[in-house]
Amino acid sequence: MMKDVNVLMVGVGGYGVILASDGMAEVGMENGYDVKKTDSLGMSQRGGSVVSHVRWGTQVFSPLIKKGEVDFLVGLEQLEAARWASFLKPDGVAIIADVVVIPISAVTGKIPYPGWDKSKGIISQYTDEIYLVPAIRIAQEADNPRAVNMVMLGFLSAFLELEPKAWTDIMRRRLPPKFVESSVDAFDRGLQEANSVIEAREIKK
Amino acid sequence: MKQLLSGNEAIALGAYHAGVVVATAYPGTPSTEIMENIARMDDVYTEWSTNEKVALEVGIGASYSGVRVLVSMKHVGLNVAADPFFAVSTTGVVGGLVIVSCDDPGEHSSQGEQDNRHFARIAKVPMLEPTNSQDAYDLMEWAFNISEEFDTPVLLRSTTRISHCKTVVDVKGERKSDLRKPSFIRSPAKFVMVPSNARVRRQAMEERITKLQAYVEDFPLNEMLLADRKLGVISDGVAYQYAREVFKDASHLKLATIYPFPSNLISRFAGEVERVVVVEELDPYLEDEVRRLGIAVTGKEFIPIIGELDPEIVERGAIQAGLLQKTSGPAPAPVSPATQLPARRPQLCAGCPHVAAEFVLRRLGFRSTSSGKELKEDEFIVTGDIGCYTLGVYPPLAALDTCACMGASIGKALGLEKAGVPNKIVAVLGDSTFMHSGITGLIDVVYNQGSNTIIILDNGTTAMTGHQGHPGTGISAKGAKTQAVELESLVKGCGVRDVTVVDAFDLKTIESNIKQAVANNEPSVIIVRGSCPLHTRAKSTPYKVDEDECIGCFDCLDVGCPAISILEDEAVIDSEVCTGCGVCAQICPQGAISESK
Repeated sequence: MMKDVNVLMVGVGGYGVILASDGMAEVGMENGYDVKKTDSLGMSQRGGSVVSHVRWGTQVFSPLIKKGEVDFLVGLEQLEAARWASFLKPDGVAIIADVVVIPISAVTGKIPYPGWDKSKGIISQYTDEIYLVPAIRIAQEADNPRAVNMVMLGFLSAFLELEPKAWTDIMRRRLPPKFVESSVDAFDRGLQEANSVIEAREIKK
Repeated sequence: MKQLLSGNEAIALGAYHAGVVVATAYPGTPSTEIMENIARMDDVYTEWSTNEKVALEVGIGASYSGVRVLVSMKHVGLNVAADPFFAVSTTGVVGGLVIVSCDDPGEHSSQGEQDNRHFARIAKVPMLEPTNSQDAYDLMEWAFNISEEFDTPVLLRSTTRISHCKTVVDVKGERKSDLRKPSFIRSPAKFVMVPSNARVRRQAMEERITKLQAYVEDFPLNEMLLADRKLGVISDGVAYQYAREVFKDASHLKLATIYPFPSNLISRFAGEVERVVVVEELDPYLEDEVRRLGIAVTGKEFIPIIGELDPEIVERGAIQAGLLQKTSGPAPAPVSPATQLPARRPQLCAGCPHVAAEFVLRRLGFRSTSSGKELKEDEFIVTGDIGCYTLGVYPPLAALDTCACMGASIGKALGLEKAGVPNKIVAVLGDSTFMHSGITGLIDVVYNQGSNTIIILDNGTTAMTGHQGHPGTGISAKGAKTQAVELESLVKGCGVRDVTVVDAFDLKTIESNIKQAVANNEPSVIIVRGSCPLHTRAKSTPYKVDEDECIGCFDCLDVGCPAISILEDEAVIDSEVCTGCGVCAQICPQGAISESK
């Protein structure tokens, strides 16, 4: 029996959250899960925050994940990850790209953009398992700077039961041909990064 | 074949398989993707109509020829289309006519919240509602069949969480092949609603509803699931999914037919369970119907009437009402109080052609940003409208005083003027909104001798909903070139003599044109023209700040451009984000901003 998975992907409009969550939903369906996926994006084409709920399970009812039941918080932007951390379940995992997008309200208003230490402090109120992924560098190494989302999917996949091929098959089928190879490369590098980080942690323990 | 489809994709595919021949719409979140999907399909005439009223009128005409028709819009679009909606309920149809209304509980992208289930009852139009994409796909065939069998338009209601949620759909069918050939058979008694004919049709409407009442009792997509009999939950739409998630062991009744209401089915279900509960978003629509049957019911005492639901809200309400035991697991709570984080509101994009005009309005109109104060006579009143430019209400632009519904900026400007306020009044609206319903207001200003200045922000697209065509663009729903309606001639044709066109990125000319126009004692129109950079994907040389010249006055931040921020007390421009529009360079008092070499 396959394990239910609840993933909250958060970020900023225009940075690939929707593409990543669509991809993850498709991967789940193709591999036999019941799947629901929905986005809260308001008018986010204009740079607002974007939240995607992706649920894999045997039978999924609500498309929205309940607060406190998120297994994996995938942050494609640091501030947004901090904002949504309260949705994590107590032993949930936070995976966050080192992407910073400063909102106009932090430029002109009174509340400054929180640095990573502050964001991490907020997230650690909900979980101890926090990974800051050097996704910008990894995407550049894959020769596709926009593929931060694919790096993050690769990193996430290390924690889930489906094989990497289940993910890359969908990427090959769905992405525009000219981006396929670099995106798959970004995914693989994200996965490798996860494996080496997890290994390092286990040695430490 | 299994497919992962959003509710909107499922509605489009369901309609296509049901043999829809004509599809019309005006874009509006969360309904837009229905038309965008149908427009990609062969053998269907599709159009972005001028507005929802026209969309439905085109749909009615097509239905009278015998073909199947889909008309889609957001919830407030049905307000615009209400007149033909009631009219076609009276005449009935020939070919199946299905109207999709997508409500937006929680106002994710709307100016108001309304529960369009009420529209079905007052217009006496049967209504169906899906609980996921599978239902949405399946219900389309039913909707068209009901429409034709009962000689009635059918309303299908979706909500944001249905329309914008992908779920697994077993796509069984393919497109019907035996489509009816279009032909118009003259029948004044049915199609010409003079009172003598309308009174006869009025009878037919009531007879139709009586027949439908019997029909919905056995409707297969109303599903009764009997489990633990202590609690019976009645729900519709996405609320059904939350009900299943939260009341795991209870008995459930899922309703797909909302109007008419399956009274016998409800009574039967109530008879099977000890206590009846209704879980529904927005108004107590089902709850009132259940109560009307004399059944004791719990509903809005524990489910909020305002906003979008989610499983947490339903669960919390259920625990408070004693319907559910508190879950055993410890609720995750922050150890320290939640830290304040900066908000990330939607904002106008870098290179947006609306920014300069709104910036000038703010500066020229001597506008104070503090609200609640009476305006000084030399301050402008700016009546706004629905579109991206509405975001100019937020600081730092803070340029708008009103916005509530499509096209209203112009009428409100005239109303304020005729009431006698001493201020100069400027109406601001976009090209698509002007075509939708601004033009009638403009004609009113001309006819009734107003002296308002109307600024049409012409970005050449319907930007907010994702760049759909409109009459001014000359691009059809399928992306083909058509006849464009020229804005200048249109405005002049309405009788406006003072019409100017100005480059959207030329601050100086925008300012002098607005000054001239407001001084003029007759109606004036300024067309501020510049393409939406998200649409054209145009990018020129980005600008940069010369750090030796920057004095840190931060005047450039007043345009609210996402490319500009502060680094160590100096303004900096992100060259990745900057599109090179050059508006900030025209504001900098030091001349410190220039194109990067």
